[in-house]
Amino acid sequence: MIGFILRRLLQAIPTLLAVVTVSFFLIRLAPGGPFDLERPLSPAALAQLRRTYGLDQPLVLQYLHYLAALAQGDFGPSFSFRDLSVAELLGRGLPVSMTVGGLALVLATGLGLGLGTGAALRPGGILDRAVGFGAGLGLAVPTFVVAPLLQIAFGLVLRWLPLGGWEGGAPSHLVLPVLTLALPQAAILARLTRASLRETLDLPHIRTQRAMGLPARRITRHALRGALLPVVAILGSTAAALLTGSVVVETLFGLPGLG
Amino acid sequence: MTAPDPARRRCLAGLAATALVRPAGAAPAALYRRGNDADPGTLDPHRASTVAEAHILRDLYEGLLTDDNEGRIIPGVAEAWTVSQDGLTYTFRLRATARWSNGDPVVADDFVFALSRILDPGLGAKYAEVLYPIRGARAVNRGEAPPDSLAVTAPSPGILVIVLAQPTPYFLELLTHFVALPVHPATVRRWGDAFTRPENLVSNGAYRLRETIPNDRVVLDRNPHFHAAGDVAIPSVAFLPTPDLASAVRRYAGGEIDSLADLPGDQMASLRRRFGGQVVLGPSLGLYALAFDLRMPPFDDVRVRRALSLVIDREFLAERLWGGTMRPAYSLCPPGLDRYRAPPELAGRDALPIDREDEARALLAAAGYGPGGKALTVDYRFNTSDNNRNTAVAIAEMWRGLGVATRFTYTDAKTHFAYLRDGRPFAVARISWVADYADPQNFLFLLQGDNDTLNPGHYANPAYDALMREAAAETDSVRRADLLFRAETLALTDLPWIPVMHTRSKALVSPRLSGYRPNLRNVALTRFLRLEA
Repeated sequence: MIGFILRRLLQAIPTLLAVVTVSFFLIRLAPGGPFDLERPLSPAALAQLRRTYGLDQPLVLQYLHYLAALAQGDFGPSFSFRDLSVAELLGRGLPVSMTVGGLALVLATGLGLGLGTGAALRPGGILDRAVGFGAGLGLAVPTFVVAPLLQIAFGLVLRWLPLGGWEGGAPSHLVLPVLTLALPQAAILARLTRASLRETLDLPHIRTQRAMGLPARRITRHALRGALLPVVAILGSTAAALLTGSVVVETLFGLPGLG
Repeated sequence: MTAPDPARRRCLAGLAATALVRPAGAAPAALYRRGNDADPGTLDPHRASTVAEAHILRDLYEGLLTDDNEGRIIPGVAEAWTVSQDGLTYTFRLRATARWSNGDPVVADDFVFALSRILDPGLGAKYAEVLYPIRGARAVNRGEAPPDSLAVTAPSPGILVIVLAQPTPYFLELLTHFVALPVHPATVRRWGDAFTRPENLVSNGAYRLRETIPNDRVVLDRNPHFHAAGDVAIPSVAFLPTPDLASAVRRYAGGEIDSLADLPGDQMASLRRRFGGQVVLGPSLGLYALAFDLRMPPFDDVRVRRALSLVIDREFLAERLWGGTMRPAYSLCPPGLDRYRAPPELAGRDALPIDREDEARALLAAAGYGPGGKALTVDYRFNTSDNNRNTAVAIAEMWRGLGVATRFTYTDAKTHFAYLRDGRPFAVARISWVADYADPQNFLFLLQGDNDTLNPGHYANPAYDALMREAAAETDSVRRADLLFRAETLALTDLPWIPVMHTRSKALVSPRLSGYRPNLRNVALTRFLRLEA
């Protein structure tokens, strides 16, 4: 097992190197640079800045310097927060994004599995139709619409929750961002769980169990075990998306995360 | 912090009712939550470059001179100064009570250190140029002269002498700019670039740094050593970045932010309806214009340029498209500048639209375009934003009335401005300029023939350059204003740029916040504000 993990990690190195290389050169190919502002700098000031940040050296040399620094865990200076290094920014932003993303993941999984199972057990029932409608809505309405709606409803009209800010991770400040992040993911998971569980419930071995008179609760448990495989498969990418921070949600709620 | 954050109070649903009951004779609030466009890239005044940074830096540091809440220049660390007869030598007497936030006295050598530091070519300061009027500054900053050739000296701890290369009537105003703010020499020497961290930063302004949380807030506390600390009413101020203005407005409405430094321009009507007098518009130092590439025929023909300018309905753009957040511009300089008079205006402001259109048609016909002549197609470059796009479409529609077809080329802001800076060819391009100081020179120098970065259309008129040179050498302020007025009149006749609109500042200010006065320089030092709880 350990050998397998080590091999996987080693295999990741060429991939990472390719990602780093491609992104380094792509950014350099794009027009404009970190010092191109709405208000142009004088050529002297620009040349000076490029010297200060080593951007006047040949591209290959810059690339080698960058790689050498990366190997030592130095991500270089941030051009937008010059008082802090990229590593520091990551160190401060990651816990915030992870907290919000982790809670959203838990909420989305709970909601998605619960509602999806409920809907699958009574196809065509009220819950099933409600989940179908809600999931459609959750998928169709983008985050940047959901967030303001939640802010207006819970922050301005009902005045139950703050509209934004982090305040050191106070629970009341977490509710709306977590909800905003979780809703579309919960919708995906609910639909997937429902479809997969419906399919499994029609499989011969479940039918056999039913014919043998097993209690419904045990049948569901058996069916869920098989039905959850595709759900678990998708959870991986969901987790990656949620934990690395969402630009939209963090900007709208003023959270100091990575986004 | 003594008073709990109202937002947090609200979430305790059971206590909500009691929280709403506030004592009548409002007490001062402990924390002013101040919306600021963006996070500061740095709190090093010598590396700063944005308006958002300037707001924080003015609270943290105090220069030789500073601004009051009306934007008037008042004594800062310098309590008095004299200017020599020839307008070249400025002698400042520093107040004995000026202190750094660690208790050290602020001495003249601190300013020698600061000015040498920002002009050091190794620092890569973006705005060092603002200080070029000081003798030796340009050469030092370009690495052509040793650092000690800068004409800034401290004959005694309380006296600072600055000698200029040539008379500069707006020099005192330059000293209120963030480039002229002092830094604490011992701290900078000890920590290097890390001197701006909260645990290291020593400042001499009304406030000192408590904490910096990227994407969240920069919190300042009252500096007990500040010479006027007794008059500073607000104990702490948190600068909150508001990259999404619509969301910031909601947080303002929810009582989580006390003021916003900018507003979503496309929501002005609804904002006025909802917030009434809390929406505060003010003058500002920005110009929105269209530049012609004078190397590209037919835009080298002044008749074509004048025709295109004549039919632009600036009132429609400013009032309707921009919701009153802009002012129609018929001059390059906005009104209200210091050491100037009412700027000259483009002809035809009061003419009927139909007459202007007739005149434009005649001009185009004379240049060989229009019915019976060639067809004119304009390539209009701009950087994408909703309002810029709407403006471009509206102007194209106005030009269509003349039979002029418009093609659009739009890119993101970085690409757009880098393209123009590099002197690449275009036909018509949106340009904008926000001046650093309220002097006509800071607008009119843009069109000088030797300005290679900010004059993308390559306007070069020897007569204009001569007037600008003459004005720069003129010590009499009335004669200088005359020369600049003549230069601007010439620019409006040649029309290398079509002035379209002047920007206005827009803010949301809570009724609990008093002392806020919109002003041309867009300064609002927290020390002059008061906030009720």
